Amino acid sequence: MGQAIGQARPPIAAAHLRTDAWWALPLTVVVVLGAFGAYSTWAAFQNAHYFAAPYLSPFYSPCLYRSCLHATFGGGLPDIYLPIIGLLSPAFLILIGPLSFRLTCYYYRKAYYRSFWLAPVACAVRDVKPGYSGETRFPLILQSFHRYTWYVAVLFIVLLTWDALLAFRFPTGFGIGVGTLVMWINVVLLAAYTFSCHSCRHICGGHVNVFSKAPGRYRVWHLVRRLNERHPVYAWLSLGSVGLTDLYIRLVSMGVIRDLRII
Amino acid sequence: MPTYTMRVFRGDPGGGEFKDYRVETGEGMVVLDVIHRIQATQAPDLACRWNCKAGKCGSCSAEVNGQPRLMCMTRMNLFADGETVSVAPIRTFPIIRDLVADVSYNFEKAKQVPPLRLRPPDPDGKYRMMQEDVDRPQEFHKCIECFLCQDVCHVIRDHEDKKRAFAGPRFFIKIAGLDMHPLDTRDRSAFIKDQAGVGLCNITKCCTEVCPEHIHITDNGIIPLKERMADGFDPIVWLLRKFRGKSTSRIGRDRTSR
Repeated sequence: MGQAIGQARPPIAAAHLRTDAWWALPLTVVVVLGAFGAYSTWAAFQNAHYFAAPYLSPFYSPCLYRSCLHATFGGGLPDIYLPIIGLLSPAFLILIGPLSFRLTCYYYRKAYYRSFWLAPVACAVRDVKPGYSGETRFPLILQSFHRYTWYVAVLFIVLLTWDALLAFRFPTGFGIGVGTLVMWINVVLLAAYTFSCHSCRHICGGHVNVFSKAPGRYRVWHLVRRLNERHPVYAWLSLGSVGLTDLYIRLVSMGVIRDLRII
Repeated sequence: MPTYTMRVFRGDPGGGEFKDYRVETGEGMVVLDVIHRIQATQAPDLACRWNCKAGKCGSCSAEVNGQPRLMCMTRMNLFADGETVSVAPIRTFPIIRDLVADVSYNFEKAKQVPPLRLRPPDPDGKYRMMQEDVDRPQEFHKCIECFLCQDVCHVIRDHEDKKRAFAGPRFFIKIAGLDMHPLDTRDRSAFIKDQAGVGLCNITKCCTEVCPEHIHITDNGIIPLKERMADGFDPIVWLLRKFRGKSTSRIGRDRTSR
């Protein structure tokens, strides 16, 4: 390398010279993500109150087996007894899909690398840890598999859309309740988050270099690019909506609140 | 008129310290104006690099209150009357004197980037590109090489040992611009991964936040490069490209050029 490496940097000892509230954003992220993590873990452990006809909590979808209170597809699949299901709530198995998508998401990576990894905690503020290997070693090299988690996330959008369709089917026939709207808002926000993903943008056309020879992919890429500009907004809104949807269905199921029928 | 205490770094590789200067400012003044006023009235030996004073030459990069900025584009009315404002050189690179840094690291990195390798021209001997083909590289061409993104990037700012293995955000957008170029035929995969060190970037987006040209360095430059690396082990993309053919994507590029 050139002569610059190893020469003296400005002799300024301070870790940073910032005078603004640079700590406020990472602290907010810690509080919000921490609160969501605590609530979703608690809700997953419950293995109860995840269904209030005809609403199914997104934490417990897909409900695949016959013994499930609200089988996602028709009569449900034959029950399979895995040892782990007896010990843990099935929500833990279900949440692996969406959780891995969010964990490897390019936006959330920024959020938690700053807030939890402290590398860096804020721009132009010195890293807390002296050593650094980025995403070149295990386990962070697995972030490269975000593409695969996106494929799984798309599958979950299909499943949750089906659940939202079933939310029109009340025991008395077709209807719309507040819960139906809650579930649809959740699906729309989750779909916006999933389809605004950077991997989605790349798969839809980002890999193309000569757009003029691929006009269809250019149009799709252009649409996803517009969505992608709001990816962080969708990331936070959908995180909130999925938690609040579970909370709403849980409270209705527990009888704490009553679901209002609109139609 | 508002008066500020300007806390300016004075020193060289042998040592240095911040010195305070009380400066009265006028309407519309920017930090660079204040530095010039200090030079004119209090410290004629204060060294600073500048040229256009219009945010286009990228010379007057510094850290104002700890934030990497162009001095010529930082208005004094951002700060409260009487506030103490610190001005330091960009801290990622070696200091020459006062506010002047040696940014030659970047010029060395620039030499390493594999240049464009043009495909053969059309049958009439001409090259043709459509606007939609060059929209993405054109965003990166707005770069004024102020190196604020390189300065704020924690990979090289806080980990000196990574400077050899990491190109930095400025050069990732340069590489991305070349890699997305519709006439280019070079495969830079190995370079991006091994020599430019794209895996070291943990996409915390500070480079994007400080860019005075508002280039979406991370979203439109670095992440697409990471995705292009991921293409290499995505069987679904591989299959789709097999069906579609090779004309529009990277798969048709010259693999021997690594």
